[in-house]
Formats: sequence, C-alpha cells, structure tokens
Amino acid sequence: MVLPGSVDECVKALATHGAGARTVAGGTDLLPQMKNGVVKPAVVIDLSGVAALKGVASANGSGLRVGACATARELELNADVRKRFAGLADGAALVGSVQVRNLATVGGNLCNAAPSADMAPPLMALDAEAVIAGPKGERRVPLTAFFKGVRQTVLGADELLVAFVVPAPAAGSGGSYIRHTPRRELDIAVVGVASQVTIQNGRCVKARIALASVAPTPVMATAAQQALEGQALTPELIERAAGLAVDAAKPISDQRGSAEFRKHLVRVLTRRTLTAALARASA
Amino acid sequence: MPKQILSFTVNGDKTEVLVQPYVTLLEALRDEAGLTGPKEGCGTGDCGACTVHLDGKPVASCLVLALQARGRNVRTIEGLGTPTELHPLQDAFVRHGVPQCGFCIPGVLMAAAALLDETPAPTEEQIRYGIAGNLCRCTGYTKMVAAISEVAGSLKTKGAAR
Repeated sequence: MVLPGSVDECVKALATHGAGARTVAGGTDLLPQMKNGVVKPAVVIDLSGVAALKGVASANGSGLRVGACATARELELNADVRKRFAGLADGAALVGSVQVRNLATVGGNLCNAAPSADMAPPLMALDAEAVIAGPKGERRVPLTAFFKGVRQTVLGADELLVAFVVPAPAAGSGGSYIRHTPRRELDIAVVGVASQVTIQNGRCVKARIALASVAPTPVMATAAQQALEGQALTPELIERAAGLAVDAAKPISDQRGSAEFRKHLVRVLTRRTLTAALARASA
Repeated sequence: MPKQILSFTVNGDKTEVLVQPYVTLLEALRDEAGLTGPKEGCGTGDCGACTVHLDGKPVASCLVLALQARGRNVRTIEGLGTPTELHPLQDAFVRHGVPQCGFCIPGVLMAAAALLDETPAPTEEQIRYGIAGNLCRCTGYTKMVAAISEVAGSLKTKGAAR
C-alpha cells in the first residue's frame, strides 16, 4: 500500500507501479471488487492523504470545483450544490446508505464507470469537465467524452482524476436527477435521468438531458435537447422531448429490467426531471 | 507481506496495532484491537452491522482499509456507553426491547447516534432514512424507530444538542 501526500506523488506512484496498481479513495466499489476477486491489484495507492483531491469549492455566482475525493455526503449536504447544482445533490443523495455516502467519492463513482453511476448524469447535464493529472501535466476532458465503455474511461494507467469543474449555471437555471429503483435506498438505478434547463424570458435557452443505465456508458439525449431549446416548455413539448429521449436509449434486458421497460422509464423520468428542473429554474 | 503500524485514536484512546495492508478497519478493530462490537454481516457495505464513526461520521468499516484510518478518530459501540452508564439510545433500546438476535444492534446504535448528532430533532422519515443502511433480519424496525424517536424527543425537551 502506497500512501502519497500529493497529486505529484500519486502520479509518480502510478508510473512506478504501472497497470498492477489501483488507486483507492472511498473504497466502496474497489473493496467489494477486491473481496470477490474481480480486481487483484498488486499495489493499492491510497488517496485519502491527498488534500488537493478533497473538498467542494464554489463562490457565489462562480462555477463549482468538486475534488475527486469529495464524498457523496459532502455534495448531498453542501448548501450551494443543493441550490445551484440541485441535480448533482439529487444524485449524490441516492448513492448507497449514509454509511456508504460518507466514504464514496464522486471521483470513484465516475472512474468505476458503471453505466448506472448516479452522479454521472447530473454532472454531464451540468457540462462538467474532468481535470486529469498525468506525467505530462494536466488535461481537461468534457465529461461527455470521459466514458469509453462499461468500467472504461479515458484515464490512462499513469493518470489520476483530480477534480471536476462545473461552469456556473446562468440565471434561470434548474436541474433534477431521478432514478427508478425497486427499493428506495441501497439500490442500483434501473434507469436514471438528469435534466438541466435554463429559462430566459419564458423560453428555454439551454437544455441538457443525460441518461444512465440505458447504454454501456451514460449518454446525452441530444435530439430531445434540441427540441426544447428556443421554445417555451409546455407540458406537450416536454412530452415530445421525453419521447425523443427514448431514441437515445439503447438498453439491454437484464435482471433489473427489460429493454422495453427501460425505454418506458426513460420517457417517464425525462418528463418528470424536465418538469422538476423547470420548477426549480422558476423558483 | 510485512505488517504496517496503524496509529489512530479508538474510543478516545491513542492506539497502535500492526496490520497487513490489505485488512479492513473492521478486521483491525475486531482482531487486533479486540473490539468485537462492530460485526461483519455482508462485508460489502450493504448491511450496516459494521458501522463505526470515523471522525464523527458513520461509515461501513468493512469498506475502509485499516491504514486509511491512520491518524483518525474511530468510535465503536464500545465507546458509546458503558454497562453502568448507558448512552440514552442504548437505554431506550433496552426499555423498548429492541434487540432480538442482537447482531445488527451495534451498527444501528452507531447510525442512530450519528443521526442525532447531525439532526437532534429528526422526523420519523429522517429516522427511517438514518437507519436505512442497517439491515435487521429480525425486522425489528418499528421498535427501533420508537426508541430513537423517544430519545430525540427527550433531547429536544432538554434542549441538549448532542
């Protein structure tokens, strides 16, 4: 176990130990994977001593910087996140139980790259970028280009996710994330939908809709977004956009739900999240 | 693999134990520090039987690598009350007859204590969400909620904010 104290030391440790090394933050995904033998790292690099990876920073009116090791519980309780980035607070509050949310980090949730990660769709809908450190310095990747497949991201073996940066939503913005699960707590999304809208002079000037658990990676419903932008968000238009969002979903059938059921859920949850986002934008 | 020294504070006492780098905080507490109050139920963070406070916050100790607790404060059920001086939650759990098999109780009490630290006057819904990460297969939830509500109410009337 390597215990680095800085981002540079982490990057050096990754370079030294190569593909056999795994970073551990909250451990809520990695430890079960290690216990059941899915992952067998030769070396574990503990990120809990790296202050630069921690915390949620924002100033009134500015964007948000979420350290990769900020916990789901921090995001859930952060007053500014709840107010201006409400979809992200919604997603964070749905991760595991309080015992898990006090450990689970936003970076871990996204680097684990499960299609069902609850914090991915709201961050994508908020136009977040990933800040990645590597041997050649820092690079930024839009979150919409971060995922490569189930449990695969753009991160190289020698790279470390440092933070997410989220631009400040314009005045008149609101967001929402809702997932469907058979149980209310401690479950994995059958489908999750995040919507984020900006309303100015009664019209939607910007719309983002991100879907979880309907493809190998979280996906954006771009056709639905385009149908909303420039228009007044009437219930009829929201219903039409919900129908268009279904076309962006390419779900599989598994023990959590059939492909057909998931498409139905995309329609319902897109309608509900758009309606909630609109209400929050107007509040 | 060589063992490493874990220095941390457990129930207020500076503690040093030797652990393999791959053991969990739960294993270090039970096998090295001799604190068998926290239980291993599922081992994957679903059941809450291993709940302890890490720097005051409830966590699933089965998902924490022991060395991640270096320099930090851990509180287990052994540090919540003593047999002669029960924590108000323990007292209420006894009077309400909450424990049946008892396996989940240390975890439930630590989750409930953390809830009341953060939210001294919770609603019933907040109580239910506060212990939603704790599975009781005797299904004794009704009495748990009653006992926690009573303690929350008495804290409120005493005006104590702990």
